[in-house]
Amino acid sequence: MGTPFPFTAIVGQHEMKQALLMAAVEPRLGGVMVFGDRGTGKSTAVRALAGLLPPMKVVPGCRYGCAPADTSPCIEGCRERAGKAVIEAPVPFVDLPLGATEDRVVGSLDLERALATGEKRFEPGLLAKANRGFLYIDEINLLEDHLVDLLLDVAVSGQNVVEREGLSIRHPARFILIGSGNPEEGELRPQLLDRFGLSVDVRTPSDLGERIEIVKRCDRFDRDPVGFAADFAASEKETLDSIAKARVRLPKVHVGDDMLVLGARLCSAVGADGLRGELTLLRAARAQAALSGKKEVKAHHVAEVATMALRHRLRRNVLDDTGSAGRITRAVSELLAA
Amino acid sequence: MTNAQGGAPAEVGGEPDDSDERWALALSAIEVLAAAGSSIGGALVRARPGPVRDAWTDALAMIAPLRRLPSNTDADALDGGLDLTATLAQGRAVIREGILAAARGSILVVPMAERLAPALAARLAAAIDEGAPPIILFDESDAADEDRDRVSASLADRLAIHLDLGPVRLGMAALLAGEPPPPMALMAQPGAPVRDCETALAVGAAQLGIASIRAPILAARVARANAAADGRDVLREADMAVAGALVLGPRATRMPPPPEEDEQQPPPEEPPPEEPPANDPPPDEPPGEDESDEPPSIDPTDLVLDAAQTALPPDLLRALANGAVMRSGKSQGSSGAKQKSLTSGRPAGVRPGMPGRGARLALIETIKTAAPWQKIRPTRDDGRLSIRSDDLRIRRFSARTETTTVFAVDASGSAAFARLAEAKGAVELLLAEAYVKRAEVAMVAFRGQDAVLALPPTRSLARAKRELGALAGGGGTPMAAGIDMARGVAEAERRRGRTPMVVILTDGRANVGGGVGQNPQEAAMVAARALGATGIASVFIDCSARPRPEGGKLAEAMNARLVALPRVDAKAVVAAVKAAGKAAGNSGT
Repeated sequence: MGTPFPFTAIVGQHEMKQALLMAAVEPRLGGVMVFGDRGTGKSTAVRALAGLLPPMKVVPGCRYGCAPADTSPCIEGCRERAGKAVIEAPVPFVDLPLGATEDRVVGSLDLERALATGEKRFEPGLLAKANRGFLYIDEINLLEDHLVDLLLDVAVSGQNVVEREGLSIRHPARFILIGSGNPEEGELRPQLLDRFGLSVDVRTPSDLGERIEIVKRCDRFDRDPVGFAADFAASEKETLDSIAKARVRLPKVHVGDDMLVLGARLCSAVGADGLRGELTLLRAARAQAALSGKKEVKAHHVAEVATMALRHRLRRNVLDDTGSAGRITRAVSELLAA
Repeated sequence: MTNAQGGAPAEVGGEPDDSDERWALALSAIEVLAAAGSSIGGALVRARPGPVRDAWTDALAMIAPLRRLPSNTDADALDGGLDLTATLAQGRAVIREGILAAARGSILVVPMAERLAPALAARLAAAIDEGAPPIILFDESDAADEDRDRVSASLADRLAIHLDLGPVRLGMAALLAGEPPPPMALMAQPGAPVRDCETALAVGAAQLGIASIRAPILAARVARANAAADGRDVLREADMAVAGALVLGPRATRMPPPPEEDEQQPPPEEPPPEEPPANDPPPDEPPGEDESDEPPSIDPTDLVLDAAQTALPPDLLRALANGAVMRSGKSQGSSGAKQKSLTSGRPAGVRPGMPGRGARLALIETIKTAAPWQKIRPTRDDGRLSIRSDDLRIRRFSARTETTTVFAVDASGSAAFARLAEAKGAVELLLAEAYVKRAEVAMVAFRGQDAVLALPPTRSLARAKRELGALAGGGGTPMAAGIDMARGVAEAERRRGRTPMVVILTDGRANVGGGVGQNPQEAAMVAARALGATGIASVFIDCSARPRPEGGKLAEAMNARLVALPRVDAKAVVAAVKAAGKAAGNSGT
C-alpha cells in the first residue's frame, strides 16, 4: 500500500508520539490508549510508527510470525520445517474493525479446508496476524463487550487460547494494543482502561500555524509521496536509531531506590489503585531514560511520564471534576519540591 | 415528511433562490469526483429520493458505473469470503468476491445512509483509509428533526464533498425531456492563479470553526482535482471557490468573522479567544508579499470563505437564527454497537438455517446432521461427504440486552430543588456504574406547563454533568406531559433494540394538563395507562412526606412498582431502580 506517511513528519502531538515510541522500546508497558477527537492523526501516527520500525526476522511460512530465535515451540512446528531459513517481514500493523466477529479475531476452523478436504485445520485470526506487532482498535469504547474481554485476556497473557468447534489450540499473540476513543461517545470500563499502560489525550491542534503546516505537508505528500518521504529520510533514520539504541540500552538502565520510593509516593499521593500503575510508571520512566540516552532514571524522567502512566488509573470521583492530569501534575510538583 | 424536499424553497435562511448555484455546485462535485477518484473519499449528499437526486445520480453514472450498497448490508459481505451454497454444490471451495473488491473502478452508492449500521460505517471508514472506491452517501433524514438518525460522524469526516440537494429546483421541461440542465460553471473564468492554497484553506477552515484537520486537507485535494478536471496544473481562484463551497462551507460550525474594512453589521457571535483576527497574515507567508500584490487578485482566504458561505449547513443557519451556538462534531449517542442475536454475543446453541447475512455456519453440527443420511444419498464420485442445504445448521448467540433508564422527574413546587439534586445524583451514580453494563440513562423534567428532555439517552457521565447542570425547578405539575414524554423516549429506545425502564419521581398530584372537561389528574391517568399498555417496565417513586392514594392509582395504571421514599436520596433511588430492573429482567426474559 504505497509509501506510508513518515512518522517524524507528523506535526505536533508530542505526547502521543512520545508514548508510541516508549511502547515500541518497551513492549511490556502494555499498550497505549489514545483519547481524542476525530481527525487528529491518531491512526496516521500508529501506522507511521509501524512503517518506521525495521523489518523483523520471521521463520518463513509461519502463520504466526514466529521469531527464529524464539525457543518456545510453535504449534505448527514451523522451525523444524523451515530449518535455518529466515526471512524478513515488516512489523505487522493490524487494524481491528469495529464490526469484527469473534471468529475473525480469534481465528476459527478453516471452513474451506474442512468442506473441501475434510481436514480439520485452524485458520488464524487477527490476533495471530498481530503477533509481534501492533493491534490498533479505533473507537474501542464502541467495541462489543465480549470481544473486549477476550482482547484483554490475550493482551495480558500473550497467548491466544482457542477452544471451539472441536479445536483446541494455543498460539503466541504478543502485540502492542493501541486503542483510541472519544470519551463523549461513552465511557470505557475501568477494568479495560487499567490494562493499558499509557494513556494520552490528543486534541485537534488549535494553533493556526500548526494547522497550516499540517495541510501543507499532507498536500505535498499527496502529490509526491516518495519525494516527501525522502525529505524526512534523515529524521526517520534518526528516530529509528534512537529506538534501536534505546532497546539495547533498556535492560541496563538502572532504577535507584530513591526512584522506587518516588514512584510509590506519587502513586499513593494521587490515589492510583493497584500495583500495576506503579510498575508501569517505573517501566515508562525507564523507557524514557533509555530513549534520551541515559543510563540512570532521574526524577525528571518520572515526572515526564507520570501523567501518561497514571491519568487513567485514578479512582473516579463522581462529584469531583478536576481533571486527572491536573491532579497528577500537582502531586508531582509537590513531591519534587519536597 | 416529503414536504422538506417538495416545496420549501425559502427554507435555507430565507435566501430567495439559490437553486441554480446549488445545482452548478452539485455538477462540479461530479467533475471533481471524476478527477480525484478515491483520494477524496467521496461525497455525503443530503437528498431525498426524487427527480433532483435522480438527475444528479444519472450525471454521476456518466463518469463511472454505480453500485448500490443497501444500508443494511452485512459487514462480512464487504470483504467477501467462502460462498457456502456454491461450495456445497460444486464440492470445491468457491470464493465470493467482496463488495469492496468487486466495486473497484465504480462508485459505491449508499441510500438511507443515516440508517447505516455502526459496524458497516466503521468498515467503510477504514476502507476509505485503505483506498476504497469513492463512496456516495445519501442522507435522507429530515434536517429539522432534532432526534433524527445521523450519518456516522467518523465516516462523514472522511468524505470530502458535502452537498445539499434540498434547495435545488430543476426546470420541469428538462426533467420531462429526461436530461439534466446544462452545467453552469461556478465562475465563468478560472480567475487568477492562487499562491499558497494550503494556508488559505487552513485559515478558512479555522475561521469557520471546523475542528477536524481532515477538512482542509481534503479541501486541498478537491481544489487540485478541480484544476485537473479543467486541464490545468496551476491552482486558480475558481478551484479555491469550489473547495470552499464543497468541503468547508457545509462543515462550518459558525460564521466567519467579517473582514475589518467594510464592517457594516456586528459579527453574529464572538469568535473564541484562540482565533486570530481575520486579516492576520499566516505565520509562514513570506512578508512583504501583500503590499506588492497586483490589485485584481483577491485574497484566497476571502475567496474560500465567500464560496463557503453559499453552502452553509441548514443546522447552522437555524442555530444562528435562534441565537444559539452550534455544538461542533458532537455525534449522537446512537452509535453503540447493536446487539443481534444471530451474529454476536456469547454462543448459545445452534438451529437449522442458511448461513450468511451475519449468521455463522455451525460446521460440526452440520456434519453430524448430514452423517446418518450418507448411506441413502447417492455416493459422490470423489468420496466426500454429501451435504445438502437442509443439513446446514447455524450458530445462535445470546447478547445481553442493554438497558436505558428514563427518569421522569417532577421539578415542580417547593421541594423541587432537593428532588432534582437527588435525581441528578442518581443519574450520575447509575452512569458511574454503567460502564459495567453498558447502560444508558435519560432524564425528562416536568414543571410549569410542559415537560423537557433534560438529558437525551447517553452513556457519557461527562455529558450528563454538562447537560444537567443548569436544570431549573418550580411551578405546576404537568404530570401527563411528563409521563407522555418519558413513554416517547422509552419507546424510541425500544426501537433501537434496547430495554428501556421508566422511573417516575414525584411527590404529588397533577395540577396542570388535560384538555377541556378533563382534569389534570384524569389526563395523568390516561398517560399512565398508555405507558402501562406499552409493557415497558416502570417504577413510581412517591417522595411525598405522606403518600396519597393518587400516586398508588397512577402506579397501578402504568403497571409500575410503587416505592415510597419520603426522604429521597440518590442512593435509595438507585437501589429502587436496580431492584425493579432485576425483577423485570427475571420475569421478562
